[in-house]
Amino acid sequence: MKMLPHPLLTPILAAIWLLLNNSLAPGHIVLGLLLGWAIPLFTVHYWPEAVHIHKPLTLLRFMAVVLLDIVLANLVVARLILGRPQSLHPAFLKVPLELRSDLAIGLLANTICLTPGTVSARLSLDRRFLLVHALNAPDGGAVIATIKQRYEAPLKEVFEPC
Amino acid sequence: MLTLVIPIAFALLGAAVALSVWRLLRGPSAPDRILALDTLYVNTIALLVLLGIHLGSALYFEAALLIAMMGFVGTVALCKYLLRGDIIE
Amino acid sequence: MLEYLLSFLILAGALFTFIGSLGLARLRDFYTRLHGPTKATTLGVGCMLIASSVYFSNRGAGMSLHEVLVTLFLFITAPISAHLLAKAALHLKLESLAPPPDDDPANS
Repeated sequence: MKMLPHPLLTPILAAIWLLLNNSLAPGHIVLGLLLGWAIPLFTVHYWPEAVHIHKPLTLLRFMAVVLLDIVLANLVVARLILGRPQSLHPAFLKVPLELRSDLAIGLLANTICLTPGTVSARLSLDRRFLLVHALNAPDGGAVIATIKQRYEAPLKEVFEPC
Repeated sequence: MLTLVIPIAFALLGAAVALSVWRLLRGPSAPDRILALDTLYVNTIALLVLLGIHLGSALYFEAALLIAMMGFVGTVALCKYLLRGDIIE
Repeated sequence: MLEYLLSFLILAGALFTFIGSLGLARLRDFYTRLHGPTKATTLGVGCMLIASSVYFSNRGAGMSLHEVLVTLFLFITAPISAHLLAKAALHLKLESLAPPPDDDPANS
């Protein structure tokens, strides 16, 4: 049994503890680190795979892109909602996936839900296609290309370098 | 400035809650009602946070956090029920 | 200056939350309705929480960052509930404005 099964989880849990208590008192830092050490130790069996981040800088850039896209997407969706509902072209799109790991597919699905007018609806059983519903997609191919190039490519670089 | 903006924000959020309740009552399908309930949770979080700013009290934060957690769990449980016809397998 | 920033954040938050609920009430089928609450409302509440964080940090009692926790939690959970709701709707075969996907059993 390793002493630190998930080295990334410890600082994250400690940070969440400090945020929850809204203080930076030394006692809370010690308690947070203690919790961050103990919780991964006791829940190690529930974590199926270890997380490896290969290019932290790409991940940071990806997060910045996503944050910016969330704000832009909200403006777009707000305009669509305020416009005429009859002029929308909703569509179901099948996005072929190149990602294989659970974590990367989950992150991609979450990203798709938060960004431009799309909600991920279903993952096919063989994990080759993600069904996506788009709020307004007169041109489905362009939306799929954007998703693949803007979100899937960086995630593949970070979690599955081949 | 703030004394002018906060009532406007309260009015907008109240209207948002009313619209969600309308969808909750009208349906027409079960997922529609669950979505309305989920939106209602999120609207309530915004209302509580705004009330906290209005009254200058940080006490409402814990309530907002609890509603966020319980609302998520409730939505997931209801969706699971629709998908499987059962919650705990 | 700070008051203008706070007012802007509060107003933007309330406006986005309202637009999200308006989408819920106004659009015509379940799948399009799903978009309003998951996106607009999440950003609306995010704005509101940032406003709260700024407001309480400037009242002299030190930084107040625990609002970040709710924002983070909402940004993680909102897509998950949206995904599950869409899955449930597909399972129940709700009528939709878009042509529904071909329904082979390997996709469930």
